Amino acid sequence: MMSLMDKCAVTGIGETVYSKNSGKSVVALQMEASLKAIADAGLKPTDIDGVIPYGNLEVVAEEFVTNLGIQDLRFSATTPLGGASAVAAIQAAVSALVAGVANHVLIPIGRNGSSGERIGARAAAMPQFRAIGEYEMPSGNIAPPQLYAHMARRHMEMYGTTSRQLAEIAVAVRSNAILNDNAVMRKPMTIEDHQNSRMISDPLRLFDCCLESDGGAAVVISLAERAKDLAQKPIYIMGVAEGHPDSPSTITQRPDITTLGTAKAAPRAFGMAGVSHKDIDVAEIYDCFTYIVMCQLEDLGFCKKGEGGDFVSNGRIALDGELPINTHGGLLSQSHIVGMNHVCELVKQLRGNGGKAQVANAEIGLVTGYGDMGDGAVAIMRN
Amino acid sequence: MSDTLSDTTPDSTYDKPMPPLNRDSKPFWDSLKEHAMRLQRCADCGKIRHYPRPVCDSCYSMEVDWVRASGQGKVHSWTISHHAFHPGFLGNLPLILVTVDLDEGVRICAQVRDVDADQLCVGLPVQLDYEDATDKLTLPVFRPA
Repeated sequence: MMSLMDKCAVTGIGETVYSKNSGKSVVALQMEASLKAIADAGLKPTDIDGVIPYGNLEVVAEEFVTNLGIQDLRFSATTPLGGASAVAAIQAAVSALVAGVANHVLIPIGRNGSSGERIGARAAAMPQFRAIGEYEMPSGNIAPPQLYAHMARRHMEMYGTTSRQLAEIAVAVRSNAILNDNAVMRKPMTIEDHQNSRMISDPLRLFDCCLESDGGAAVVISLAERAKDLAQKPIYIMGVAEGHPDSPSTITQRPDITTLGTAKAAPRAFGMAGVSHKDIDVAEIYDCFTYIVMCQLEDLGFCKKGEGGDFVSNGRIALDGELPINTHGGLLSQSHIVGMNHVCELVKQLRGNGGKAQVANAEIGLVTGYGDMGDGAVAIMRN
Repeated sequence: MSDTLSDTTPDSTYDKPMPPLNRDSKPFWDSLKEHAMRLQRCADCGKIRHYPRPVCDSCYSMEVDWVRASGQGKVHSWTISHHAFHPGFLGNLPLILVTVDLDEGVRICAQVRDVDADQLCVGLPVQLDYEDATDKLTLPVFRPA
């Protein structure tokens, strides 16, 4: 099989201001982020010949043709993997670029997740939630904090994982948000603050849950041979993969409810990249919930299943730790831009533009997406 | 959804979500109304599956029959919800939801009655029961066995 390693690079990134109330339309947020990413790459909007709109299809490919004046859009696709969409879209973009279908693929995400419709209402309308809608929502099992609480509780019962260990993740990520001017939540948080936050769906407390946010973010992916002539230092995509869990549309029926699709994607991404876990200098881990971060770290292979609670403790995932995570503040404290903010942050870190949260000598990094009931996606990049 | 059957039209006096049942799942919901839960079984290889769907992932047969569930199971995991994600549940908090391993080898997610939070544990034996939500809808619930 042809390897996609290093064949493509992220050449541009763009982000809007992240907020609780953008005052802008979703189309406007996505276009603003897209124009910034295209300009960052040193490209013109008309150079874009591929687009992968976010899978909820709130903004479709036609909008990009119309707004950006694209004369000949040669490639469009969607990757409807919820929060894994952004990273899964990188795999789709790289596949299309290497096949010669397009030269520069735009991947935009943006929404009014705070000022618009909230997740409880959105989830019910998503086709991926159809089975949940029929068999679980009538009994009151409706939204991700509840659906994932069954996973977290099982993990706690099987492996002795504690709420204080989940708090370590919330606190580490908040500490990074405090350093970021474009983060929504910048008030310091302690383990005790986490423990005192109200219970949402036991064992998940308020501070185990991510924000719901307004904003847009976008990246441009280009063939490596073209990336060299553009405005920024190319950030090469070494390995990328998506993975779908067993029983992908219901957690309830999954043989092991503590394992995500990430466990299938990770060996492919690491194998393609030809690197091992100790080579990863910084990791941006999709953090819709603290538990999901811990579970992904296990499924990525940074530690064994059941050891995630210990792994995230004692400062290992802090900015000055062995594996700094979510240097921007993540979905937990920066903003919920469906993980495209994680992709942008990894690129910044590898360009050396990480600001106050720059990880020293970051050369190789990893970004994940996680979505719906357990889809996972992993990308490994280098400078 | 074009597959949704018309008898799931929301009852104007019922304020919780109604299941958008379809042709594949109607026998399951009908069995709940009869207080005799039946599970979908492959008519060719005999594998029981849930949630109802058209194809057996073991032998790819699309022939099904339905078997009465024993109603006995054990708690696999649970959550206690203190936040209502649908306004219909505001009056029911906290909501204890259990994922249960049925003896037939499939799972059900439902509310549990007559259990204190500190009694919940993996492996807790539970028995299926039924609650008529409306004259069109019966929901499964569990009680300690």
